Amino acid sequence: MSKIVKQEMMGMNGDTACAYAVKQCNPEVVAAYPITPQTIIVEVFSEYVANGEVTTEFIPVESEHSAMSTSIGAAAAGARAYTASASQGLALMYEMLYIASGLRLPIVMTCVNRALSAPINIHGDHSDAMGARDSGWLQLYCENSQEAYDTIIQAWRIAEHKDVLLPVMVNIDGFILSHTLENVSVIPDDAVKKFIGEKKIPVVKKPNGELTPYILHPDYPASIGAIDLQDYYFEHKRQQAEAMNNALKVIKEIGEEYGELTGRTYGLIDPYMMDDAEIAIIVMGSTAGTAKYVADLMRNKGVKAGVLRVRSFRPFPRDDIVKALKNIKACAVLDRSMSFGSYGGPLFTEIRSSFCYECDKPIIVNYYYGLGGRDAPPNLLDNVFNELKNIAETGKTGEEIRYLGLREGEKDAVNYKAELVSFKDLNTGKIGGK
Amino acid sequence: MSIIKPKDLALTEEKLAPGHRLCPGCGEPTTVKLVLKASDEPVIVCSATGCLEVSTSIYPYTSWNVPWIHSAFENAAATASGVEAAIKALKRSGVYKYDKVNVLAVAGDGGTYDIGFQALSGAFERYHKIVYLLLDNEAYMNTGIQRSGGTPSYASTTTSPDGKVIPGKLQTKKQISRIMVEHEPAYVATISAAYWQDLMQKSKKAFAADGPAFLHSFTPCPRGWRHADNLSIELCKLAVQTCIFPLWEAEKSDGKMVYKLSAPSKQIAKNPDKKKPIVEYLKLQGRYRHLFKPEEKTELIKQIQDWVDTEWNIILERCGEK
Repeated sequence: MSKIVKQEMMGMNGDTACAYAVKQCNPEVVAAYPITPQTIIVEVFSEYVANGEVTTEFIPVESEHSAMSTSIGAAAAGARAYTASASQGLALMYEMLYIASGLRLPIVMTCVNRALSAPINIHGDHSDAMGARDSGWLQLYCENSQEAYDTIIQAWRIAEHKDVLLPVMVNIDGFILSHTLENVSVIPDDAVKKFIGEKKIPVVKKPNGELTPYILHPDYPASIGAIDLQDYYFEHKRQQAEAMNNALKVIKEIGEEYGELTGRTYGLIDPYMMDDAEIAIIVMGSTAGTAKYVADLMRNKGVKAGVLRVRSFRPFPRDDIVKALKNIKACAVLDRSMSFGSYGGPLFTEIRSSFCYECDKPIIVNYYYGLGGRDAPPNLLDNVFNELKNIAETGKTGEEIRYLGLREGEKDAVNYKAELVSFKDLNTGKIGGK
Repeated sequence: MSIIKPKDLALTEEKLAPGHRLCPGCGEPTTVKLVLKASDEPVIVCSATGCLEVSTSIYPYTSWNVPWIHSAFENAAATASGVEAAIKALKRSGVYKYDKVNVLAVAGDGGTYDIGFQALSGAFERYHKIVYLLLDNEAYMNTGIQRSGGTPSYASTTTSPDGKVIPGKLQTKKQISRIMVEHEPAYVATISAAYWQDLMQKSKKAFAADGPAFLHSFTPCPRGWRHADNLSIELCKLAVQTCIFPLWEAEKSDGKMVYKLSAPSKQIAKNPDKKKPIVEYLKLQGRYRHLFKPEEKTELIKQIQDWVDTEWNIILERCGEK
């Protein structure tokens, strides 16, 4: 058992915690474009650059598309590359997200989760990251600023692990984490440096069987990003799927190693009072904190409530989740984003399908909540536990897909059902107008 | 700069190997080979999506004897920015073996005039020390000859076809190189494979420049322009001789961009009689066939000539030849 390193308590919001962790990691290249609520990260990091606290090449790119393109170029040339984005910015990067993962470049990014337009909204939900859930990036969701700091440091180790070599997206809830001051324990610079180690270059096999370092280097003229057609593309994608699968083990290993250093151990999931729980809320991100608080209150009332926080959404820890939920009678999956036209939210569909062939399965219901930053206070989660309690007792599921904290049935413009008129009708004043 | 001899060319390493799958007569490989040969230092190439990329990198084969990356269509300049920044940082940390590595971004007209313009403009404003090579074949050739911002007036493409009502592209060609000069980078030049010594000297200047450099290559496409394979270099010459594609360069001097006409175009400036009529250039290309058949569209040809004259005069003015 190694000794836990001496730590300093700092007051930081989630964005600053990320920037501080990146400063300690001192990557060669940071390329980023400002977007609310990620801006603090680029602002604080720019100060580090201006004050000579890092040796990083900071590239204030002209768009998020270029932020990811630049990160790709930098990572391919052998640098550690970091970027941060949110919402529309992540959406603009979308094309390049797939290319970063397809080229197997271990880039690290903070996604400060924010709702997607339209309607435009700057507040926190998971729509942005969920849109990128199939992009081949690992997605880790943080509960608080401490975890944001810790996860950035672990992210390099996970991304650069020889069995993974994939980019990692560290998700923090917009405003709720990004702009909220919390106590964050930081480890010394040299401990971070030692933990992440020097950047290593993977050695790969060329089509002709020779070995070569996977890097843009004059002495090893590799072609990176070649056109890959019917005869090879599929195999390369299979390798990528394998790497994502390998990440399940690596995230745990690195999370444990980090725990030995700091006393804070991380895994794929974060079960809270799940050992004997009969009902549970399954959630990602900062809402887990509120859910745990409410679970405590339920426990005080003698209700066997638990919380399962999913930290790693990609890769999806199917086995761990099934194991954690196998003795639960009823559970509620909370989704902070919508997959329009799907039967339930992204987290719900994954969890429900995880139980498809299990004999013992809980009743699983889905709650959409918190879209566009709509608050999810304790009383709402209290309602969820009470409804779960009722489902568990009666065995009656009721509505499977539910909405939490949504105003419904009010007779206002939001609920007006649109009628269609012809363009000519606009000229005749049929529906009023000037 | 000293004159480059053909022997020197033959003795330098081929950085883009033969055996690639570009069409016979394609202007791209000739230009790329010459530009690469002009680099005395190691070079890393960042290709945009396009003919050059798909024809040189079909896995498991590659024509590139230099480190090469392709990531997407609109971002050659951004990818190159990352490579340049990485090398800078790695050099600083003392792990990089080479003192100078040239970073060359290569893109077509679609990837430069249109979809890649933002990334290009950003990279030049940030003043990355990269060389950006525009292979201008005046349409989206890789996807099948669609019009771009670089397509000249009345050229027929698959999205600006000569129809019963509309005679090809109605708009004029965007003057991308002059726009790049307005970015006030270290160096901008127009190049043509027909004038290979001029091309190589300009490429050397670009690689040696103390900031971003832009090389605009006139790059015939027999498939898209519908001309015979063996006419590509002839068309390169005619484009200069008719002044539809004059050769010039602009360098930053005392913080100001100074234009200079290059020898082949300067000769015409000195002897305006040598300026050939644009019709000689147009009639060799099937993309302008509707201007000659079934009957000659004199008015449209005159409009093209007027445009050429106007743009040529602008260049003469900028170069202090007027």
